Amino acid sequence: MGRSRPVSPAFEAWRRFRRHPLALVSAAVLLMMIAAIVLGPTLWPVAINDIDFSARLKGPSWAHPFGTDDLGQDLLARMLYGGRISLAVGLAAMAVAILVGTLIGAVAGMSRSWLGSALMWLTDLFLSLPQLPLLLLVIYLFRDFLKGLFGPEGGVFILIVAVIGGLRWMPVARLVRAQFLSLREKEFVEAARALGASKSRQVVRHILPNALGPVIVAGTIDVAAAIIAESTLSFLGLGFPPDIPTWGRILYDAKDYLDIAPHWAMFPGAAIFLAVLTINFIGDGLRDALDPRKVM
Amino acid sequence: MGSYLLRRLLIAIPSLLGISVVLFAVLALAPGDPFEELATNPAVPPEVRTALRTKFGLDDPIAVRYVRWLVAMLGGDWGFSFVSRIDVGALIMQRLPTTLFVIGSSQLLAILIALPVGIYAATRPYSLFDQIANAFAFVGFSLPTFFTGLLFILVFSIWLDWLPFVYRSDISATGWQWYLEHARQAIMPIAVLALFQAASLTRYVRSAMLDVIRLDYVTTARAKGLGERVVILKHVVRNALIPVVTLVALQMPAIFGGAIITEQIFRIPGIGSLLISSILANDTPVVMAVTFVFACLVVIFNLIADILYGWLDPRITFA
Repeated sequence: MGRSRPVSPAFEAWRRFRRHPLALVSAAVLLMMIAAIVLGPTLWPVAINDIDFSARLKGPSWAHPFGTDDLGQDLLARMLYGGRISLAVGLAAMAVAILVGTLIGAVAGMSRSWLGSALMWLTDLFLSLPQLPLLLLVIYLFRDFLKGLFGPEGGVFILIVAVIGGLRWMPVARLVRAQFLSLREKEFVEAARALGASKSRQVVRHILPNALGPVIVAGTIDVAAAIIAESTLSFLGLGFPPDIPTWGRILYDAKDYLDIAPHWAMFPGAAIFLAVLTINFIGDGLRDALDPRKVM
Repeated sequence: MGSYLLRRLLIAIPSLLGISVVLFAVLALAPGDPFEELATNPAVPPEVRTALRTKFGLDDPIAVRYVRWLVAMLGGDWGFSFVSRIDVGALIMQRLPTTLFVIGSSQLLAILIALPVGIYAATRPYSLFDQIANAFAFVGFSLPTFFTGLLFILVFSIWLDWLPFVYRSDISATGWQWYLEHARQAIMPIAVLALFQAASLTRYVRSAMLDVIRLDYVTTARAKGLGERVVILKHVVRNALIPVVTLVALQMPAIFGGAIITEQIFRIPGIGSLLISSILANDTPVVMAVTFVFACLVVIFNLIADILYGWLDPRITFA
């Protein structure tokens, strides 16, 4: 009997992920976008606030590949800069949502007392909150306070990340709790318990790693949702201040010039769409790759 | 049925209370003071300000303030708008029908698109049609509503010049002309919302159908010699739609979010655009009231879904 080479879970997931062509293409596109955002400003060293009234509202050209806005500012440079913020908000909000969701889901899943049902009631309550109105309300009420505390950029960043993350943890909490409820009764956990593993060791070493698959998928989708939420706020004029050109903010500024400079709105809109679409496809690919029941 | 209804209503009340606590907590924790304007106004002496604070009970303990606020909200006393000096309740009532019309028709359109596409795709899983529908669904829910709205305006209003992009409530035409004008200006906002909804709904319908289509009773129905059409429409769809009802209700908060954006883009005079303009104008009573109305609408739609669920699913007992 020949012994096959041991395969690590990560490698196995990658093997399965490759079977999803759209997810693979999406991963490549997203990596290119991230590379452009990270390296872009060094390769395209044009200032984002270089005002040039002789080149107002110009379409794409060699000098300005994405055209210019109403002040003659280079759109490519602004989008490369704004992309950093959009992606940073998406990732940070996802981290908040995953952290809070996993914590609440784990506590609710391990608890055998009233605490579990109380936490789930809280989760359901948050699920039935109207998110965008609440998001707007919190930002409306706390914006100036945090601006004073952390500066205009940092304050808005912290606020947006906290609020988006704070309103998106519920699906993760439900997933984690459901996983915990079934995993905690499994034999391997019982074995760990019999060997005298403490409750925290059972959770951290045995239950949590096995519950992570759906959480990773949910986290991926959350990045996309957070990017949309941030652009929505910026688009409504309630996100970052005007001098920080996130993609949603550029779109907000562009919407009044739709008839004479459609490129101004199309490029940031397409960027948001592409980022969200690729992330959603990657989430779909990961769902297949991380589901052990699915034969691939 | 009566007791089931009552129980659902009793479950809805604590969640409404919970939402009101969250809203009030947000308001109470917020820095700043509703009378800040008076503080900076040199014409108002400080004694008047303290008198006003006492009169409106701003120095009372938070629990007392919450109960008073809740009683006022439930009693329909929502205060006055800082900006237009109109009763907030009247302001919202004036705007609410437009929002409900847009949301309702877009929901209807979304269901009309999603049901046939989802059902057809599920009867031929992994076929070309299924894959195309799936790809379109992904595109649909990855396109943010604000971008679809701008795309629609660009294509249908600016390039083709078919549809108006500003929603007007003061159309002067009468009779059929009036209805026609209203329909024309409502097409784009409704379509934007409906496409976004239809995308995720199609996937739900498809997966719910696939869950049911494998069950034994479907095989039995086929074995009895029933036609495929009857099996799908009478046996599978009816049961597959039960979870879809819940999902539609769970989507309601997202739909309201989409409605706010659409109203803002197309300048529809609904409560969503009222919310945005009040936020930009620092009109706190209106902001609070609109958020509360949105929360109530979500709870009401969840309640309706629960009731529909009980009616559709015979396994739920009413006892």
